[in-house]
Amino acid sequence: MMNIYTYYILLNIDDVTLAEGVKEFEEIFKKKLADSEAKGKVKVLETGTPGIKGAGISMIVYPGNVHYAHLSVSDIDEIIEEHLVKGRVVSRLTIEPVAERLESSGLNPQDIKLQDRIVLSESGVIDPENITEYFAVQGYEAIGSILENKLPDIDVIEIIKNSGLKGRGGAGFPTGIKWDFTRKAAAEKKFIICNADEGEPGTFKDRLILEGNPHLVIEGMLIAGYAVGASEGYIYIRGEYDLSIRRMEKALAQAYEYNLLGKNLFGSGFSFDIKIKKGAGAYVCGEETALIESMEGKRGNPRLKPPFPGTHGLWGYPTIINNVETLANIAPIILHGAAWFRSFGTEKCPGTKVFTILGDVRYTGVVELPMGITLREIIYGFGGGIKENRSFKAVHLGGSAGAVFDESILDVPLDYDTVKEHGGMLGSGAVLVLSNTVNMRDYLENVLLFFKHESCGKCVPCRVGTARLLDMSKELIASKDKDTILSAMDKLSETMFKTSFCPLGQSLKFPVQSINRYFHDEI
Amino acid sequence: MNLEELRKLREKGQREMMQRSDTSKYRIVVGMGTSGIAAGAREVLKAFIDEINTRGIKDVIVMQTGEKGFSSREPVVEVFEEGSEPVLYGNIDPEKAKRIVEEHIGKGNIIKDYQIIVGK
Repeated sequence: MMNIYTYYILLNIDDVTLAEGVKEFEEIFKKKLADSEAKGKVKVLETGTPGIKGAGISMIVYPGNVHYAHLSVSDIDEIIEEHLVKGRVVSRLTIEPVAERLESSGLNPQDIKLQDRIVLSESGVIDPENITEYFAVQGYEAIGSILENKLPDIDVIEIIKNSGLKGRGGAGFPTGIKWDFTRKAAAEKKFIICNADEGEPGTFKDRLILEGNPHLVIEGMLIAGYAVGASEGYIYIRGEYDLSIRRMEKALAQAYEYNLLGKNLFGSGFSFDIKIKKGAGAYVCGEETALIESMEGKRGNPRLKPPFPGTHGLWGYPTIINNVETLANIAPIILHGAAWFRSFGTEKCPGTKVFTILGDVRYTGVVELPMGITLREIIYGFGGGIKENRSFKAVHLGGSAGAVFDESILDVPLDYDTVKEHGGMLGSGAVLVLSNTVNMRDYLENVLLFFKHESCGKCVPCRVGTARLLDMSKELIASKDKDTILSAMDKLSETMFKTSFCPLGQSLKFPVQSINRYFHDEI
Repeated sequence: MNLEELRKLREKGQREMMQRSDTSKYRIVVGMGTSGIAAGAREVLKAFIDEINTRGIKDVIVMQTGEKGFSSREPVVEVFEEGSEPVLYGNIDPEKAKRIVEEHIGKGNIIKDYQIIVGK
């Protein structure tokens, strides 16, 4: 059983507070806490991205969102005795929380840092239909400098490898390594495909990039093409993204006009063409081999892997498939260097992640934040907290195929690895927040209905498994022996994980098993 | 195309973006992503242009951009003024657009009720 804490404390640890002795402060604080009546009732968590800046050693106490700042060791006793034992806020040490400051002035609470943006830095700033505005922000200078300085392809890949960029589509595979496989593959033809078939329920991060800064994606594809030796690219955009398609068509035409696409770019002999392919709305076509099948004019069923698309992809030729967000990171990395990119995010997962926040929060939308951010900061900062005075119940992280967590996940610094350690996946970065009004069995049924609908039917475990799981979720309503059904669902989803052909059937175990783990009692 | 030409284009682009605010005191930028358009950004854009024309204001330019991510508060509009921090407005409709022209552009008063605050 999880320990029930009365208070959660977020202690801001960054280079500034470290210099001010926050570690020593923390040690004494924890020691004194253990000796006090509040022992075992308070959870102290370190947070790397401070909500408060320039305020010395500072902490945030939940519930109540109380911000203490300019703390010293001599304040510890008072905070523990007054606040954590007796529940009285030590007002002489508080500063107004960001949200309160804004609310008291009649404004909306918002605590996001737009300067930390890489891929969305120009979305919502420049005119996406005017290539001149992309030039104004050093557009096409990354590919230009590569081609004019005759930077060898292997050096480009080395920069991407050193940056530590991982694929932002969901699986988080290192982009540089993926490119290198295809670079090494000998073939008369190679392809770059931009996967813009954004179909994860509740995710629309790629749409913002496609609509807001289409040239950034084109430039990323050009660099990828040069690095692996491809001369043709396709952008597979889901058909519903009408505006994305139109903006991208316009952007491609403009790029051709300036000879930034086409033959002999920058006089280097490198040629590259890009075409758009519209998707027809199948979830499974976001899976790379199903996407390729669909591009070849066949039914969108996944292929057996290996061989991987990196060596045997479109029409059997070596093919790179990268997500929109991944490609949007490429030009900035080339322009500013791998070290710059590594200054964002965490050691293992550098850079930023674009999160789509939706569900029962006050403000839904899309936000780009450094890897290592916590869900608490996303939900209570950008999202403005839970709407309509409801309380937090669960968060479905990474899209439908991700895990559903309770509040224990809120203070985990998010990146591909940490979420995996907690039995989930960061996936597409969808943050679907569920409040106390949601029935978790209903929610599970809803998720399973989606998967049953989207299963392509090629392999038995997924075709039968999704239908069977949906039935079982319905049986739960009237059943007197829910434990048996739930454990059978766990087992079935595990079997599907081991035997399904593609990630669609494999990943169902994440929502099924996590809902059983965290919300067993209420189902 | 070569790098030198590209740098010239960059300077030209930057100059154009600068000049807009040199010759015109204000720049109104309307978010025209899918969420914005669905929430009525086209009508808002039209309302801005109509109101500016009706009032005969000369030093304003109205532009479009993509989406910033404030989906639940679309249409989102940003007002740039030379030498000031840009002001971001959310949930704008044609009536509010007219008021922005009247108050913010006309009198220089930021309308706090419409404002979205973002952290720095």
